[in-house]
Amino acid sequence: MRTRKNRQRLLQLAAITATGALVLSGCGSSSADTANGKVLTIATHDSWAMSKSVMAEFKAETGITVRIAKNGDVGELTNKLVLTKGDPIADGVFGIDNTFATRAIDEGVLARYTPLIAPASLRQFELTGNGQSYLTPIDYGDVCINLDDTWFAKHKIAEPKTLDDLVDPKYKGLMVTPAATTSSPGLAFLLATIGHYGPTGWKAYWEKLLDNGVKIDAGWTDAYEVDFTAGGGHGDRPIVLSYSSSPPFTVPKGGTKPTTSALLGTCFRQIEYAGVLKGAKNPQAMQKFISFMINKQFQAALPDNMYVYPADTSVALPADWSTWAPVSPDPISVSPADITKNRTQWLDEWRDLTTR
Amino acid sequence: MGGRWIDRLGTAAVAAVPLLVLIAFFLYPVGGMVARGFWPGGSFHPGGVWDVLERSRVHRVLWFTVWTAGLATALAVVLGVPVAFVLHRLSFPGQGLLRTLIVVPFVMPTVVAGVAFRELIAASGPLGGLHLDGTPTAIVAALVFFNVSVVVRTVGSFWEGLDRRTEEAAAALGASPLRVFGTITLPALLPSIASAASVVFLFCSTSFGIVLTLGGLRYANVETEIYQLTTQELDLQGAAALSVLQIVVITGLLVLSHRARRGSPALSRQARPGRRPRWRDTAVIAWSFLVVAMLMTPLATLVEESLRSPDGWTLANYRALQTTGSDDALLVTASSALRNSFVIAVQAAGIALVLGVIVSYLVSRRPRTGAARRLTGLFDGVFMLPLGVSAVTLGFGFLITLDRPPLDLRTSELLIPIAQAMVALPLVVRTVAPVLTSIDPRQREAAASLGAGPLRVLAVVDLPHAWRAVLASIGFAFAVSLGEFGATSFLARDDSPTLPVVIYDLIGHPGAANFGMAMAGSVVLAAATGAAMLMVDRFRVASVGAF
Amino acid sequence: MTGLAVRDLTVRFGSTTAVDAVDLEVPGGSVTAVLGPSGSGKSTLLRAVAGLEAPASGSVAYAGVDLDRVPVHRRGFALMFQDGQLFAHQSVARNVGYPLRLRHRPASEITARVSSLLDLVGLAGFEDRSPATLSGGERQRVALARSLAVEPRMLLLDEPLSALDAGLRERLAADLAAILRAAGTTTLLVTHDHEEAFAIADRIVLMREGRVVQGGTLDDVWRAPADAWAARFLGYAVVLDGGPARRLRDLVDPAATWASVALRRSAIQLQDGGPLSGTVLAARVGPEQVRLELEVDGLGRIEGVADPGHRVQAGDRVALGVVPDRLAALPGPA
Repeated sequence: MRTRKNRQRLLQLAAITATGALVLSGCGSSSADTANGKVLTIATHDSWAMSKSVMAEFKAETGITVRIAKNGDVGELTNKLVLTKGDPIADGVFGIDNTFATRAIDEGVLARYTPLIAPASLRQFELTGNGQSYLTPIDYGDVCINLDDTWFAKHKIAEPKTLDDLVDPKYKGLMVTPAATTSSPGLAFLLATIGHYGPTGWKAYWEKLLDNGVKIDAGWTDAYEVDFTAGGGHGDRPIVLSYSSSPPFTVPKGGTKPTTSALLGTCFRQIEYAGVLKGAKNPQAMQKFISFMINKQFQAALPDNMYVYPADTSVALPADWSTWAPVSPDPISVSPADITKNRTQWLDEWRDLTTR
Repeated sequence: MGGRWIDRLGTAAVAAVPLLVLIAFFLYPVGGMVARGFWPGGSFHPGGVWDVLERSRVHRVLWFTVWTAGLATALAVVLGVPVAFVLHRLSFPGQGLLRTLIVVPFVMPTVVAGVAFRELIAASGPLGGLHLDGTPTAIVAALVFFNVSVVVRTVGSFWEGLDRRTEEAAAALGASPLRVFGTITLPALLPSIASAASVVFLFCSTSFGIVLTLGGLRYANVETEIYQLTTQELDLQGAAALSVLQIVVITGLLVLSHRARRGSPALSRQARPGRRPRWRDTAVIAWSFLVVAMLMTPLATLVEESLRSPDGWTLANYRALQTTGSDDALLVTASSALRNSFVIAVQAAGIALVLGVIVSYLVSRRPRTGAARRLTGLFDGVFMLPLGVSAVTLGFGFLITLDRPPLDLRTSELLIPIAQAMVALPLVVRTVAPVLTSIDPRQREAAASLGAGPLRVLAVVDLPHAWRAVLASIGFAFAVSLGEFGATSFLARDDSPTLPVVIYDLIGHPGAANFGMAMAGSVVLAAATGAAMLMVDRFRVASVGAF
Repeated sequence: MTGLAVRDLTVRFGSTTAVDAVDLEVPGGSVTAVLGPSGSGKSTLLRAVAGLEAPASGSVAYAGVDLDRVPVHRRGFALMFQDGQLFAHQSVARNVGYPLRLRHRPASEITARVSSLLDLVGLAGFEDRSPATLSGGERQRVALARSLAVEPRMLLLDEPLSALDAGLRERLAADLAAILRAAGTTTLLVTHDHEEAFAIADRIVLMREGRVVQGGTLDDVWRAPADAWAARFLGYAVVLDGGPARRLRDLVDPAATWASVALRRSAIQLQDGGPLSGTVLAARVGPEQVRLELEVDGLGRIEGVADPGHRVQAGDRVALGVVPDRLAALPGPA
């Protein structure tokens, strides 16, 4: 009798723990809200930031609650979408840029959608070919060499002006950039050199850069915050790869003028797009959100929140931006199709060069 | 007749719970990701995977992984063994604090430690003169920083339980202290050193954040290579090849570590209190303080940075934790992220505890037949796997496999606690199982013969012995979960991020204020994990943090 | 002088005094046992002699040389524990040869010496065995051989036989006594078991609560326990004082003045026409004698013995005699 009772107890114990685990694993999935169109999930990159009031406005207009799912950098974001194609992790995507756009399109991640009403200036940022029917440009930014003006003034050294200047021995050991293989601005800079020196000439340029002691970090954070003389960590290199929008952030407290500046002749333009994912549960809501993203209110909030320029160029920029963060009049470009076709080869070659 | 079968069925049912969770949240996702490499475009092409192993870059990556992990392991042992002696064989005021401090690096988020290290060794940092920045030396130093505590805890807890009289007998026979150490103590410690070393090697060879932050692109190990191949190049064949390689090596190491542990006596629960230091301990004590100081230097840098602003010393960075950063860099305030971290850590610790206690209970039984023993060993080993498998592979695996009912969890809020629980689970098992194993099985037999059923036996025999270890393991799992970054960062992050993720976001945004706030957040996080570990130390469970 | 001299030795652990102003002599070549219950400080005393505990005050000297600044491994003593503490990762031969290797003796000499030592302790041919495969008694023999390997100035034994079962203990005690005398090794032994002490030692020191209660040759101590506690600890069955003691004194030695007396079990014997009388409460037949529990008139409950031939049972009234040399007079009342 007793042993049978024991066995029963043991089985009960097993049953209780099993149920517990099932309950645990069962209770977090709340797909009901998504189905009835009240929640919109947007996959984006880690740099997403938008003020609460703007997002509240969308909720007020449409009744849709937006859930932001950050998914790493642009590469990671795109590749996650590729891997989950057909059963997407979100309804829409924001943040795929011109370096990854054609991969997303070619892999069939996106649904066709073009907003009916769009500001005219969006045209200049649109993808060519059939790309424009998948992705809508939302913002852009210029990845440029930044200089610590204070440092150059203090050391009485003339500032470099062009990409060519950077290999001048005068600037030996003064530059730091994030790696093309691990950072999207890093990749942008590699593309700038490819666009400027051509598909064969860029390697010679990089050899000279390396000879001139360029430091290559894993990410933008390391380069800007640790190694750059004007960054948070007070590093020792006054030339850094960053954005044309970075200088306004270096206006000292009580000062009126930034201590850094961007070299507008060295810029590669990154354009960020939004799109609807193929197989989304709630494509209409994403379409509404894309329309919302290209309206004036959202566009005007972009600079302060994500440090990018609105694709609707008729929108006014913040005061210090218009003064201290001009965009490049003539950015270096490489076509998205070329990027998708050659990315792996370029990165392999670049990695071979830099790890030699 | 059928009684034995019903008993076995009961055991199997209990074992099934953690096993199913492990299969669902670890083996299945990792397997799914690896399968994508073997079946590119839907058809089986294993050749592509093996071709990867012939790439010269892969060879370079493998060699780098092996030598940095090997060197870091050796250094961690050399640095850690004397500290294990001082913290576990001597007794002096302030020892508890030192024991806590030494574990803090282990539970620190790698992203925070990575930045702290760079601040320290960057040309402009306090150790800039050593020109370590961007060198493999820096990577090895950081790996050592994270793993010394594993050596100290593992070897220390074993050392504490060693019968001192063996050494005293040798000393009385004429062996000098050095000689006693070389001929008696060291050979006796070898199993624990081997066990610690294999686990440290495992951690080092799968280290991700450190190598990525400090190695830049110049240096890559298998883990960062998997990251690059997966997230940037979408080269799933390459990633699969490296993941499989990783699993093979890790299985080998776990077997080695298991063997090393098996030869060693059960953990002593009644270790004699340590003796007071003598003059001749001066060198080894000095060494220990030096090691602790080395471990604390990067943390001190964090504190310093957190108190600094462009205008001088300030607490503003800490006040800013109530905000979403300058220019709304964050979706939520850092303090609410801290709250999220706490909630998630409680959930993760809860899950890890339930599963870990079941696993510990099962592996602590001593089966009579060889087959059952091997099965138990296998069971034990399988739950150690999450320690050594790429977080990238796991995170991406979650995305592609957990998308169908009943496991439609990709966007579930429980996914992060579950993923963290998978990371904390081995630590819970390694804390609780040795204590349960050390219980004389005759006590359970005596209780059962007096009429106690299995649950009652648990309550009257196992629980009184193990409750300290169970509580300590909760604290440890909690601390680990608080600082967990790798697995968390590859899961979709939404409006309720954890503090490590927020810190990562903050240092990714320009502006000195955000950077200072990130540093302040890091200090808060380190203090929270430190407090959890301080509580754990109060339970005086030797097996916490030991392998 | 030769041998060990401990003067006024005090060892403290925090606020507790484990060894309290102890004086102790171990003459060269003698085997001295420190006997005391657990917690009496005897092991601490031994450890202090070995150099494993630092004394708070007092001195330890050997052959007239103070050992205060001499570390454990330079004292030339050998220490052997209750459970042998063999080095588990070394073979029997390597264990025994360990102290010889420390002294860099040539390999051939070590081999020869190890085998002669194993011979001495009755374990010839055990060289390649692992300690894990030995029985408790065999381990103690190996430990003894190891301790004797370098002819230590003094052997320190901490409860050397306590872990063994009774039969083995008796045999090994006899062997140990013989081996120690054959080797002529000065030995300090601590134990809680008076039989172990009597079997091995020729001098005995009794300790209680950190202090030495009494010391001397086996005979001295045995004949004249310092007090009632000492008597009971040495194995005396009962201590009498007051009226019963006086009555017994009047019977065996009316001229004596003691007021308290310790009796061995065999002090009261069944004797036809004996001077005492009593009632048998219980009787248990043993192989050599009958053990009795008695209510002795005027003395109270006492144990006694009878020759195996006697047939007594509970409730019998019996006459009893006293064997004077199985009594020990105690100074002062119990």
